[in-house]
Amino acid sequence: MEKLQLIAMIQASTGIGIGLMIGLGALGACVGVGIMCSRFLEGAARQPELIPQLQGKVFLLLGLIDASFIIGLGIAMFFAFANPLLSSLGS
Amino acid sequence: MAAEQLTPSEYIAHHLTFFNRPVGQGGFWSFNVDSILVAAILGFVGIGFFWWVARGATSGVPSKRQAFVEIFFDFIDRQVSDIFHGNRHRFVAPLALTVGLWVLLMNAMDFLPADIMSWIAGVLGAPHGFRFVPTADVNTTFALALSVWLLMIGFAIRVKGPRGFVHELFCEPFGVGPFWAAPLMFFLNFAFNLVEYISKPLSHSLRLFGNMYAGEIIYLLLWMLASAGLVATAAAIVLGFAWSIFHILIVALQAYIFMMLTVVYINMAHESH
Repeated sequence: MEKLQLIAMIQASTGIGIGLMIGLGALGACVGVGIMCSRFLEGAARQPELIPQLQGKVFLLLGLIDASFIIGLGIAMFFAFANPLLSSLGS
Repeated sequence: MAAEQLTPSEYIAHHLTFFNRPVGQGGFWSFNVDSILVAAILGFVGIGFFWWVARGATSGVPSKRQAFVEIFFDFIDRQVSDIFHGNRHRFVAPLALTVGLWVLLMNAMDFLPADIMSWIAGVLGAPHGFRFVPTADVNTTFALALSVWLLMIGFAIRVKGPRGFVHELFCEPFGVGPFWAAPLMFFLNFAFNLVEYISKPLSHSLRLFGNMYAGEIIYLLLWMLASAGLVATAAAIVLGFAWSIFHILIVALQAYIFMMLTVVYINMAHESH
């Protein structure tokens, strides 16, 4: 029973950690993308003839801003399914 | 997989297991044969198709195949010329085309339904797992990013000379101050450049890997949602459809970003501060 308790404790803390990783990452990514797109809309309103060029750059920057969030998401999924912290229990 | 009852984590673990073959002792000395095989096949198919069309190209009215290849080629050529201000035709533009096309094809393997593909793989002799999206394997993306990293360093050494490269490594961007502060400035400059040289391949590879891996996991979780009843199945269908459409954008976007960053890094290696 003792071992089950320890496993439950580790899994619970890991669950909270996963939630924080995904939540805070999404917060940062969405705020960043919102700021960038608001600037794009402003620029598009000032100079509509530049819209095709700016749109290409917008998509490139979208991928770059999402990078840290997606990396955090990948790590969180890794913790969810193959939790390395359980290996110290020898289970 | 048809007759036995799988638990959710077994289902996910089955879909995330590599077809791994060791060539030595330990986990490092083993090959993910599935990633290598699929990446090699896709490379030959993709580049081979372009080579075959270019071989039979006419200067008259182009066929649809040739027009498609020309559109793709022009697109990449324009993107590279926006960024790279040297002689791009000798190496950088072909590199961008190869990397962009190959990563796009490898990412596009994620469109094939995982359950059917793993059943086919089981029939062909790999019952314990066969991952068929090479870029969802961190080894593949790191191989690509490290190759670009070596190219970056190689171009920097060739353009600036070995002495110029070492000078830039230790004396830029803070410069060498007064004579007594030189060792500290060397250390600060080197630390700054080291962070740059480490973060570039890391972010380059992990961005692509994270997008593909997380996409696959979300697919698996959505399909597992369908095992929880009729309403959950309807929800899984709707959400799976939405996620599939979004994933089409992600596949193309990540290949485009990987290619653009390759050209940007090589351009940065050609410049001096």
